Amino acid sequence: MKRYSFLELAKNAFSAHQNWGRQWRSPEPKAEYDVVIVGAGGHGLATAYYLAKQHGIRNVAVIEKGWLGGGNTGRNTTIVRSNYLWEESAALYNHAIGLWQGLSQDLNYNVMYSSRGVMMLAHTVHDVQVAQRHIHANRLAGVQNEWLTPEQAREYCPPLNISKNIRYPVMGAALQRVGGTARHDAVAWGYARGADDLGVDIIQNCAVTGIKRGQDGAVEGVETSKGFIKAKKIGVVAAGHTSTVMDMAGVRMPLESYPLQALVSEPVKPAFPCVVMSNTIHAYISQSDKGELVIGAGTDQFISYSQTGGIHITNHTIDAICELFPHFRRMRMLRNWGGIVDVTPDRSPILSKTPVPGLYVNCGWGTGGFKATPGSGHVFAHTIAKDEPHRINAPFTIDRFRTGRLIDEAAAAAVAH
Amino acid sequence: MLLVYCPHCDVERAETEFSCRGQAHIARPSDPSQTSDEDWVNYLYVRANTKGVYAERWRHIHGCGRFFNAVRDTVSDKFLKFYKAGESMPDLEALAKEAGK
Repeated sequence: MKRYSFLELAKNAFSAHQNWGRQWRSPEPKAEYDVVIVGAGGHGLATAYYLAKQHGIRNVAVIEKGWLGGGNTGRNTTIVRSNYLWEESAALYNHAIGLWQGLSQDLNYNVMYSSRGVMMLAHTVHDVQVAQRHIHANRLAGVQNEWLTPEQAREYCPPLNISKNIRYPVMGAALQRVGGTARHDAVAWGYARGADDLGVDIIQNCAVTGIKRGQDGAVEGVETSKGFIKAKKIGVVAAGHTSTVMDMAGVRMPLESYPLQALVSEPVKPAFPCVVMSNTIHAYISQSDKGELVIGAGTDQFISYSQTGGIHITNHTIDAICELFPHFRRMRMLRNWGGIVDVTPDRSPILSKTPVPGLYVNCGWGTGGFKATPGSGHVFAHTIAKDEPHRINAPFTIDRFRTGRLIDEAAAAAVAH
Repeated sequence: MLLVYCPHCDVERAETEFSCRGQAHIARPSDPSQTSDEDWVNYLYVRANTKGVYAERWRHIHGCGRFFNAVRDTVSDKFLKFYKAGESMPDLEALAKEAGK
């Protein structure tokens, strides 16, 4: 792999940047792999990268129906934070935060992680109590999170309207300074380039159509649109399509897939310094380095694979943003889109072995998987390589729905589901 | 936004009048004490999450308040059939074929 550096940049400037090599190969699938990952989004590519890098398993293929990073990895609002309520979740997301900090150096790829702070607003007495409970729980779990008064919140984010005359006045905010944003595409591309360099085959435009199991029930390989590929182990990281893929192996999942929408405005000069979220009135906004306001809306109420959502869902979010940030009222929105998110009953992900030997699943990230990408890939690679979960993802089994040891983040996740 | 038909009121209205309540025809285990853990998991948590033709429950919360069922294609979001709660599940494959799926 040609390392990117200032010297390379200067060298390529002389040839008008026409001679940068391809970042990864486009190989034809081999007949057999040690591990096949289904889904080349951020989580799948990160899994392949850490399998090769940390566990020495390099005979790996990542199979993708479309193009890499073209699903939810390229559709999310790029927020990174770890202020979840329960210790299990805080440990998982904080593990990711740890990896985010050195990710650009590790991958030799600028993922543009910017810890500009994530501020979650409280508008009611109940909000204030919940936010403070979160802050205390986070502090005990070693996760950074602090309370701001409305005045302090406005100091941190000057565009914020803290007037008492609005329908849902701001009564305070929880701020996680280490939270922020990262460039979503760069995360997929960086992991793809890194994994490819370590020998991982990334096979795009290749749909998995079946999972073959042997006499003993263990996996033997995947049927794909490019023929049968033998595999000793299979990791399914298919986000909204996880139920569909797992059905192929005869495993029914506790998942429902909903469209989640996002939208961006026309690009403007830097006007918004951090990330602001409000669970109660559902505002969710930051500004990208390109200058667009990046706005996250909610999910539709019904399951769907359409990758679009109802306009009333985005309207609802825009209403809230116009009230909290009146000077954005005349901003024009450029694009909106939907992604299909797989939601579990307890709103926590599943990173787990399955009842089928050799089959592993990483799913259920719901409306907030991007932030966990490095941590998720890291512990899922461990789970596949060792055939047992990492200490951090041990609680996130499928079996928790039978034992009752749920990790109930339904109220604790920032976005109302 | 979807247009939803309420078979009780015999009207078509905007989706915001309704609340979708998930997969239809999931029967509560009739003898709880004899039901295995696996069956409880299937009843409580496991859902078909079908990509394609799917039967789901809706409730006309801002109208008559009553439950009914609908068959919808989850890829195009088009409704194929509405029927009252208590009526048996229609033949989903036949409906899919009829819709050219």
